Amino acid sequence: MDQPVVHAENLSLVFQTADTPVIALSGIDLTIQRGEFVSLIGPSGCGKTTLLRVIADLERASSGAITVNGVSPERARLDRAYGYVFQASALYPWRDVLHNVMLPLEITGRPPHERRAMAEQQLALVGLQGFVRKFPWQLSGGMQQRVSIARALALQPELLLMDEPFGALDEITRDHLNEQLLRLWEQTGKTVIFVTHSISEAVFLSNRIVVMTPRPGRILEVIQSTLPAGRDLDARETPEFIDVARRVRTALRAGHSYED
Amino acid sequence: MKTEPAATAPEAVTLRGRGVLAEASHHASPVLGVVLALLVLWYAFAVALNAPRVTEQLDGLGARWGARELVLAAWSMERPVLPAPHQIAQAFWQGVFEAAPDSPRSLVFHAGVTLSATLLGFALGMVLGVLLAIGVVHSRVLDRGLLPWIIASQTIPILAIAPMVVVVLGSLGLPPLASKAVISMYLCFFPVAVGMVKGLRSPKVLQLDLMHTYRASHLQVLLKLRLPSAVPFLFASAKVAVTASLVGAIVGELPTGAQAGLGARLLSGSYFGQTIQIWSALLMASLLGVLLVAAISLSQRLVGRAMGARA
Repeated sequence: MDQPVVHAENLSLVFQTADTPVIALSGIDLTIQRGEFVSLIGPSGCGKTTLLRVIADLERASSGAITVNGVSPERARLDRAYGYVFQASALYPWRDVLHNVMLPLEITGRPPHERRAMAEQQLALVGLQGFVRKFPWQLSGGMQQRVSIARALALQPELLLMDEPFGALDEITRDHLNEQLLRLWEQTGKTVIFVTHSISEAVFLSNRIVVMTPRPGRILEVIQSTLPAGRDLDARETPEFIDVARRVRTALRAGHSYED
Repeated sequence: MKTEPAATAPEAVTLRGRGVLAEASHHASPVLGVVLALLVLWYAFAVALNAPRVTEQLDGLGARWGARELVLAAWSMERPVLPAPHQIAQAFWQGVFEAAPDSPRSLVFHAGVTLSATLLGFALGMVLGVLLAIGVVHSRVLDRGLLPWIIASQTIPILAIAPMVVVVLGSLGLPPLASKAVISMYLCFFPVAVGMVKGLRSPKVLQLDLMHTYRASHLQVLLKLRLPSAVPFLFASAKVAVTASLVGAIVGELPTGAQAGLGARLLSGSYFGQTIQIWSALLMASLLGVLLVAAISLSQRLVGRAMGARA
């Protein structure tokens, strides 16, 4: 079998705060294979974003082991193994759309004549080829997030890390982008790790759903989706979808009963 | 449908046509009102402050005099305590348009001397301020070790160190322009350094994280994120700094006993009681300041437009 893209064993992360240490992640075991679409779902504070940031080497685990592409997260980051899409688009406001997507290509030192073509290719993939000269403030929130997806794809990474990329968008835009993202994943065969707190988003997109729970942040259950490939938004009306969604909701509820 | 160009290209109209004219007419009436009120007050004060010496003179002449004579004489003294606005305007006009631009009677000549020191000092101050800020942002040692000294440097009155700078640099054989520029730089680097430290630290966490995921070097983060983010802060500081460097250049002309420059005009005016000369030099200095700030505002707009700022 292929080497897993992400492999974590008994991973923990403790933030030292002024009064008490906060256990953000505790005993995380997770293996993600090449080409999977995995969602991390859970209420706020369950460590789903933190886990994604550990994979991206934006945070360091306190204990346990984790590899990305068989090497340490730091090594993987230095190899530019992944593209990261943040909660907010984090576009640079003084750069137009094209130059925002060209930013990673500038930093990695691609020759100037290649940058433009590569950036335009990624923008076409997210359907923004007509907006290359617009500045971020001239775009809607959904379009800004599509630019940031194109930017994450610019270096053509095999792994895409997405931290609630559509969390701030209205439901109609979110549906549309979900469908677009699913097509993109099917076309490119990339591995996607997707953080969300929307059950329907997670079920619609993923082939595995990792349900997490807070205090301390840990994995409660991993649910395998039975939905067929090539599904569209109508799939959300099918019995399979409703069944998977119910399993996710039940797991989330089980996690919540620990509180109060 | 009616022809309505604004509806077809709102951005273009805001950028070009409307800007200057509409803004001017919008601001004009209150500004004019304030100017008129100030002029009335000024003429009144000119009478009040000059009256004692005028009455002395009029009494000395022995002739009978009334309020009319008093007022007229108060507004036309050769060395008044407070010259009337039209006297200053007249001296200003003569200094600018009637004297040859290279003669020491020309205000343009003196303004040019001061302006060259101001611009040189401003340029040096901007460079020094930006470099200090880059150092402070990138090095914890500099952040802790340098910032207190930068702040302390501003607590020393410029008038106390200006003569020392002039003497030291003069003994090194440097021209007066150099010492004036250094004093001017000393006054203007501080707002630039403080503003740029803030500006270079203004990028959001996500914008910095993004650079981290790209394995960007410190230099790349500086050039592609920190400096562009700091541009609005740079312009805000530059407006403060340019007026400070003008003051610095004028102050730098005082202890040298310089023959040229607006500071020299102020000094010689006060030696000989030429209050009109002082006031017209002051008028020139403030006009210069307004022009310098306007030039920075203009470049701010041009740069902002190139960087995609909202019109």
